[in-house]
Amino acid sequence: MLSVLIFFPFVAALATLLAGENAKRVALSASIAEFALCVWMAMQFNPAGGTQFMVDCWWVPSLGISYKAGMDGISMLLVLLTTFLVPVIIYSSFRHQYRNAPLFYALVLTMQMALVGVFVALDGFLFYIFWELALIPVYLICLMWGGADRVRITLKFFIYTLFGSLLMLVGLIYLYLQTPGTHTFDLQAFYKLHLPASQQGILFWAFFAAFAIKMPIFPFHTWQPDTYTDAPTPGTMLLSGIMLKMGIYGVIRWLLPVVPLGVTEWGTTAIVLSVIGVAYASCIALVQKDFKRLIAYSSIAHVGLISAGVFALNIQGLQGGMVQMLSHGINVVGMFFIADLLMSRMQTRNMDGLGGIRNVAPAFATYFIIFLLASVALPLTNGFIGEFLLINGLYQYNSWMAAVAGLTVILGAVYMLVAYRKIALGEKNKLTETFADLTMHEKAVMVPLVIMVFAIGIYPKPFLEMTEPSVKNLLDIIHGTLVR
Amino acid sequence: MTTLIILSVLGLVTLFSEIAGYRKAMLPLTFLGLILALAASAMDWNTGRHYLGEMMIVDNFSIAFTALMIVITIAWFILSPDFFHEPSSRIDHFSLIIFALIGAQLLTSFGNMIMLFLAVEILSIPMYILAGSNKGNLSSNEAALKYFLMGAFATGFLLFGITLIYGETGSFNLAEISAALTSRQGNAGAMVVAGILMILVGLSFKVAAVPFHFWAPDVYTGSPTVVTAYMSTVVKTAAFAGFFRLFFICFSASSAVWINTVWILSALTIIIGNITAVYQDNFKRMLAFSSIAHAGYMLMAILALNSYAQQSILFYAVAYSISSISAFGVLLAVSHVTRNDSIASFNGLARKNPLLAFITILAMLSLAGIPPMAGFFAKYFIFTAALQQHYTWLVIIAVLGSLTGVYYYFRVIIALFKGDVEGAEIPMTFPFKATLLFISVAALLLGMMPGWIAGLL
Repeated sequence: MLSVLIFFPFVAALATLLAGENAKRVALSASIAEFALCVWMAMQFNPAGGTQFMVDCWWVPSLGISYKAGMDGISMLLVLLTTFLVPVIIYSSFRHQYRNAPLFYALVLTMQMALVGVFVALDGFLFYIFWELALIPVYLICLMWGGADRVRITLKFFIYTLFGSLLMLVGLIYLYLQTPGTHTFDLQAFYKLHLPASQQGILFWAFFAAFAIKMPIFPFHTWQPDTYTDAPTPGTMLLSGIMLKMGIYGVIRWLLPVVPLGVTEWGTTAIVLSVIGVAYASCIALVQKDFKRLIAYSSIAHVGLISAGVFALNIQGLQGGMVQMLSHGINVVGMFFIADLLMSRMQTRNMDGLGGIRNVAPAFATYFIIFLLASVALPLTNGFIGEFLLINGLYQYNSWMAAVAGLTVILGAVYMLVAYRKIALGEKNKLTETFADLTMHEKAVMVPLVIMVFAIGIYPKPFLEMTEPSVKNLLDIIHGTLVR
Repeated sequence: MTTLIILSVLGLVTLFSEIAGYRKAMLPLTFLGLILALAASAMDWNTGRHYLGEMMIVDNFSIAFTALMIVITIAWFILSPDFFHEPSSRIDHFSLIIFALIGAQLLTSFGNMIMLFLAVEILSIPMYILAGSNKGNLSSNEAALKYFLMGAFATGFLLFGITLIYGETGSFNLAEISAALTSRQGNAGAMVVAGILMILVGLSFKVAAVPFHFWAPDVYTGSPTVVTAYMSTVVKTAAFAGFFRLFFICFSASSAVWINTVWILSALTIIIGNITAVYQDNFKRMLAFSSIAHAGYMLMAILALNSYAQQSILFYAVAYSISSISAFGVLLAVSHVTRNDSIASFNGLARKNPLLAFITILAMLSLAGIPPMAGFFAKYFIFTAALQQHYTWLVIIAVLGSLTGVYYYFRVIIALFKGDVEGAEIPMTFPFKATLLFISVAALLLGMMPGWIAGLL
């Protein structure tokens, strides 16, 4: 069942390649089918039941590499997010006529396969393969359909992230060689290693570099604003909505429990870097004129907060991180869609020349403010639940950190609302006069996102309950090791 | 042994039929001979026979490498048909290539230092001639001369080293030398040290390890592309197989003598090969430096020197050979139209010829070592082998090197999508297309199922 979930998008990608004119419809229906399958699996899922839907067979037996995958609550939530967002992203891209569309949609679906694979892999090697595999489609998407300066920017992005991945690979091989008996890449075997603290410290950096670049955390973020800005909007959505979560997921699954002593040694450094990133990115976002760049920087700020909360190593922080991953995925896709609409209607992303759009396009402005308030964490929206838990978790760790991180929530509200004022409020001018309101298709893209914004904001319990046992189990593993 | 006989007969037959003017029959005959040789090679699997008083030892290691080289040669013959019809080439290519293959086979299966020397010579001399086979072209002549001088120089070192070792141990037989060296328990003596280092220098020349690499870029660029393709696949594979075999059987006991030297050679080769490749605008020259860089990675297997390293060097040779022969295949097709070898001649290929572009992407990803291509697993095996022996810093250098590699391999991929569709259609025969596609798919499948090769040895 799980293998179907992983590889169905790839089969669909091949079908899309052959579909010609109908490529986008094939891709959309395939991704909806994938989502339906995932929802069906989520309904059978028992949060307290540990890892479920296990598949385990040898891949390269002589090297201890197995095809082992399964889902616990943490994986389930992220797979749900992935399978929910991909159809939305595909549907949102219907507005554009992409040259060579079959290839485009095939790459998106291939990317989906790799993302699902990353979130369910339980073998270190399998995880690495999917991790790298996710990079190639999005690289090609950005390279072939990106903006003017795409060649330089995407290559920087690729080499930067590959650098991190290769360090992680060295770390994985090192762990593999430490496993007793015939070596194995099994995650459970990694959990039982209990290496000395000095080795864990080095391994921490090998893994953290990979994850920090992917998220990205200050000071590893320099590839991100350019790439987000220059990538075609569906590519940006994939990068920010889902791929960014790979980094945080990696920390939760492959870093914290594997090298807990390394985390106790360097965790504070990671939190400090994350919090610096939050403050730094918020400050830069304040002065951005380009709306897409502003979202890119706000994304760095959000992800910094998630990472800080996760490294706080308590239940609130981790649970907050889980919910916030879900919320951020939804909000950021919504925001980038708004940015794409602005861009394609106004031919500019510079906010200074705009204004008064609320008067000409009330529906647009309404959706805009919903996503905007959700990302500044207004109560009753999804952002609130996550940020509240994260700051709570961080506060238990260190109140000063929480204070700095909390301050930036206010900064977040400032730059977002300023952006809204510049774009939507004020007098309409020559440029914005002709701004057309949302079409049915555009509304249809945003409605599911808005539903999720409020569903999580008002009733987050099912999502929290889904991950809680797994998160507790994870903390038990970590603290169990630390006590030894 | 049967393989050797078949290949030798084939070499002679092609030589005489060239003289007698049976040109048309030669290509089918060559394929037949190569396939027979391949089959004969496969029959010897797991027999481990010795021939001519241990002059030749046919074990699984040598069979695997021989089979690889025969397969690559077959693919090479399919990919380079034009080469034989060009008026500028008046040399007997068929038999030269076959003779080089014989040398290559001997180089994977020698059991005796004399045989090693003979194998190196049999392999090299046809290559000197082939490098200069485009007689009207100045750079081809330059390549041949440079290759010959450097090669002769290197062989001199090799021979001198062999003599010194013989003087100390009194034997040419690998097993006896190994036993003699083991009995000294690390106290090697000046003659052995000098001998091993001389042999190391000689072989480093042959595999183009830095700082003995200066001949490689010019020779690769100057030779006709088909010859370069053969050099960078079959010749390279054979040289490494011989290198590994000699050090694995003979010098593992006295590793203290050479291990640091090889460490430095490997690190330098990786660093300089990769960094210089970044600055190349000529595709062939870029591949030359990339092949230097790959030599650096393969040297890591010689450092690790255990049975795991044996597997990994075989896998590396397979992955590297199939990826670079498909890269050269694409270059052959493209430069046939554009008449130049620059990376810019790949511009717009993605729209002009999607099949060739797809093959190029797979080849470049594999050379760069990106999963799920075979090249990734090759690097993975080598790195694991080196980490097992605690060469952590070398692995980190290698990781940074392969990162640099991504930059220049991706320049080619970027070029595919750049620019407009212009220029004539690229003519390709069906066997050409099918072979290229088959090789690329093989590189992909090996990346997904590395167990097929990795479990062999």
